[in-house]
Amino acid sequence: MTSLTDGATTVTAPATDTPAAVPDRRIDSEKLFNRVALGVLIAFALLWLIPLVYAVLISVRPTSEVLADPSSWFTSNPTFDAYDSLFDKGNILYWYANSFITSALTTVITVVAASMAAFALSQVRFRFRQGVNMLLLAGIMIPMQVLMIPQFLTLESAGLLNTYWGVVLPQVPNVVAVFVFKTFFDGIPRELIEAARADGAGWLRTYWQIVMPISRPAVSAVTIFVFVHVWNNFLWPLLVVTDPEMMTLPVGLNSVQDAFGVPLPQLMASAVLGAIPLLVVFALFQRRIVSGIAGMGLK
Amino acid sequence: MASTLGTASPQRASRTSRWAGPGLIAPFAIFYVIFLVGPLIYTFIAGFFNGSLLKTGMGDWVGFTNYGDVLADSEFWRTLGHTLWFTVLTTIPLVLMALVLAILADRFVRGRWFIRFAFFAPYVIPSAAISLIFLWGILADQTGPAFEVVQWFGITPPSWLGDPNWAMYSIAGVTVWWTLGFNFVLYIAALQEIPRDVHEASAIDGAGPWQRIRHIVVPMLARTTVLVVVLQIVASLKVFDQIYMITGGGPDGSTRPTLQLIVDTGFTDGRTGYASVVSLFLFLVILAFSLVWFAVARRNQKES
Repeated sequence: MTSLTDGATTVTAPATDTPAAVPDRRIDSEKLFNRVALGVLIAFALLWLIPLVYAVLISVRPTSEVLADPSSWFTSNPTFDAYDSLFDKGNILYWYANSFITSALTTVITVVAASMAAFALSQVRFRFRQGVNMLLLAGIMIPMQVLMIPQFLTLESAGLLNTYWGVVLPQVPNVVAVFVFKTFFDGIPRELIEAARADGAGWLRTYWQIVMPISRPAVSAVTIFVFVHVWNNFLWPLLVVTDPEMMTLPVGLNSVQDAFGVPLPQLMASAVLGAIPLLVVFALFQRRIVSGIAGMGLK
Repeated sequence: MASTLGTASPQRASRTSRWAGPGLIAPFAIFYVIFLVGPLIYTFIAGFFNGSLLKTGMGDWVGFTNYGDVLADSEFWRTLGHTLWFTVLTTIPLVLMALVLAILADRFVRGRWFIRFAFFAPYVIPSAAISLIFLWGILADQTGPAFEVVQWFGITPPSWLGDPNWAMYSIAGVTVWWTLGFNFVLYIAALQEIPRDVHEASAIDGAGPWQRIRHIVVPMLARTTVLVVVLQIVASLKVFDQIYMITGGGPDGSTRPTLQLIVDTGFTDGRTGYASVVSLFLFLVILAFSLVWFAVARRNQKES
């Protein structure tokens, strides 16, 4: 953290050449401001990390120590007992698998369906295109949460409660995904599409072999956004999944605290296990994830 | 149009074109109709029936009875009040803190990874893990760090989650910690699009850092701010997860949001008609704000 250097020094650099234009006082205030800014940033960043550090530290304390001294954070005998007993109970591996399968399925279907629709809206001319475009765009105003009852009844009558499809299908129509793709496709040069068409490629082939291979940034943005969204969705899987072996990670974690008298290290260990997968992915692909998420919000 | 330009067989191209558009849209449209449009229409209609989750069919026509019941139900107004109060309590700090911290972070090049990680990491953690950490750890009575810290100052801390006067503030605080990174990242992305020479020009003009931020940077972020505020309000109005898992809507229902009222009446009590009307009212409240989002998205699309 001490390696933080301020980019603003380059801003004040020209001032040394023209001392008359920028008095020293300005440079001092610039330096002072940067120091204060750095202090505030680091203070907040550390404050933001405290709850995570706390959970990790408590999770490796022996239960007997926590009972004797509940407010201490540290132990001289760190142990993975809490993690062991969570894995022994067995279900957490199902929850990981279920979360991964439902998130991956939703992501794949959404990417394909949304990009096809966006391609048509962006490149193909057909009747009512503008109308369909507006109708879909209006969908960003419909929150899935107020439609839970009819969605539940639909899946119930289709016999899809307690199945992966029950978790996946209602999360597919993600209108924001369509518009991220459409914005990207709108930027593709017309000549490229026309050349492919002139070569006799059908629309489906133009979409799949010409447009999709050059649309990696849009695909990765939508993939990240949808995957994180479905992985972390709590309310919907809570309603459609009751079988402990079919639960997704968030719903399973919630069921841990429902059991009475679970020791604190185990509660913190389950929080850590719940946090780890996406934290690791995030640490590895930070840049891409951040720009993907930012793009989904802005476009 | 485009399809007939320079195509070897114009007829074939125009024919495929006629069906290609609708055909390519169909898969998405089917999901859209089954899981968004259909349910929206159902919600509207179900409000006029006394349906139940326990028996099939819509139930009997009851006219505006459900509407009357909901509007006369003090618990509906109370949960709506909680939802709006939570929205105020979270939107203000989540927008202002994200703006300030992003502007400060934008001044530094190295160490950016660490700052971004610290703020954004909580956002990718499932709400269930967040709830475990705060309910049993950070905000626990007597033993939690938040209790200890306040005690250092010689003040007897309240029960953060057990005191009805404090529970909503605690939940709002957890939410600020959890989701600040999202708004922070939106602002960082917008700041990166401001050209460097804008800063340099004004620095040479003799403007101090504070004036530059106030008169140049913040106004240039106006469009982003509109979007961040709207997205935040819409997200906050849909609050459920952390309240459900941390306080369960308590103590004494003092944090119960409207979405929980829908889940409780619709799924626990099985009163689909009543829950549909509450859903429709919550939808209208959210719609009022997401219309702004819609307008922004439409404008962005026209410009691109």
